[in-house]
Amino acid sequence: MTILLAPNIDRSLVPILETVSDPEIPVLTVLDLGVVREAVKRNGKVYIKLTPTYSGCPAMDVIGDDLKAAFANHGLKAEVELILTPAWSTDWMSEAGKRKMEAYGIAAPLEETADKAVLLGNAKLVKCTNCGSKNTRLVSQFGSTACKALFQCDDCQEPFDYFKCLK
Amino acid sequence: MKNENLYKYILGIADNSLILGQRLGELCGHGPNLETDIALTNINLDLIGQARSYYQYAAKLYGDNKQEDDIAFLRLEREYRNLLLVEQPNTHFGYVMARQFLFDIYHYLLMENLQHSKDETLVAIAKKGIKEVSYHKRFSSDWIKRLGDGTEESHAKVQEAINNLWRFTDEMFYLTEADKAVVDAGIGVDVSNLKETYYKKVSEVLTEATLQIPENKYFTKGGKEGLHTEHMGYILADLQYMQKTFPNMTW
Repeated sequence: MTILLAPNIDRSLVPILETVSDPEIPVLTVLDLGVVREAVKRNGKVYIKLTPTYSGCPAMDVIGDDLKAAFANHGLKAEVELILTPAWSTDWMSEAGKRKMEAYGIAAPLEETADKAVLLGNAKLVKCTNCGSKNTRLVSQFGSTACKALFQCDDCQEPFDYFKCLK
Repeated sequence: MKNENLYKYILGIADNSLILGQRLGELCGHGPNLETDIALTNINLDLIGQARSYYQYAAKLYGDNKQEDDIAFLRLEREYRNLLLVEQPNTHFGYVMARQFLFDIYHYLLMENLQHSKDETLVAIAKKGIKEVSYHKRFSSDWIKRLGDGTEESHAKVQEAINNLWRFTDEMFYLTEADKAVVDAGIGVDVSNLKETYYKKVSEVLTEATLQIPENKYFTKGGKEGLHTEHMGYILADLQYMQKTFPNMTW
């Protein structure tokens, strides 16, 4: 098993990779999410290494199939391998991805210490995606998908998802 | 099979995740409120995801074109190696949290140590899994404190649950012959070494929750050798139903 510290992605494949998005958060491409750890072309075939956000993330199977379909549309056969190491971290999400996520209504992950303070303590650090207030509180440590927690804004009352920091 | 001991060892870990995942899955749509319902199924999802990673590896070791689903669904009761604790049925929410808490503390210690295995696939699964398990542990520990230090009724109910489940905790530290061989090879975790830390960690939370640490010294075991409680057959009837009705079906 090879340890990949920085994704080894063939630049010529980026335009196709960018067309595949997370089925749960459609505004994020697989590159924004940082789940593609390798994408290379060898002998006319594409080899992709994909890492899950969470072990049981059901989106992974869909993403794998979507990647194969996207390359098939360009006449390329793609092989997708699921790798577990090194384990995915929210640090691998792109800044552009985080901004798109916020605009979509999901608060982007805070850095580790702040994340602990909001999920374990009652710190008010997560910004409401609706009104921008930080007068927000944790409703549930678990949200609509494995990667999110549920928050509510005490100013505008809007409930929203927060993407948990994972390191 | 070349490495039967390792195969059995992996199932011993994987089956805990599968069976507890199945128990939590039974609660989907039946949680006490929306947030806890979602939490239980989220934990279930993590556990099933981990179980899949182990079964995929076990299937590779087995060879003979064995698939992860064959291992998950097509074994006889005596071939499942999960702890008796995780197969105990869902009763009330306090009981579900007590079962989860007693398992999570153990699961975390196991993952922490498995990260130092000589087997790189197990290391990868453990490194991924520990992030999820630490979140489970936090959730169940919080609930034990909340229920224990809650109302008179919640305190009594969760105390009774802890007392009832306590007898299944000692089994966690038991090693089968296969386990011993895998530990000797530097791959498996010698769980007998985790016992002291386990009871210390559990006691810390129980004390904070104003709960009594059970003094019961009667322990029961057998799950790791495939000898299960009467509840296991019912779980498998449910779990294996589709594969028995439509052999080789896939989603």
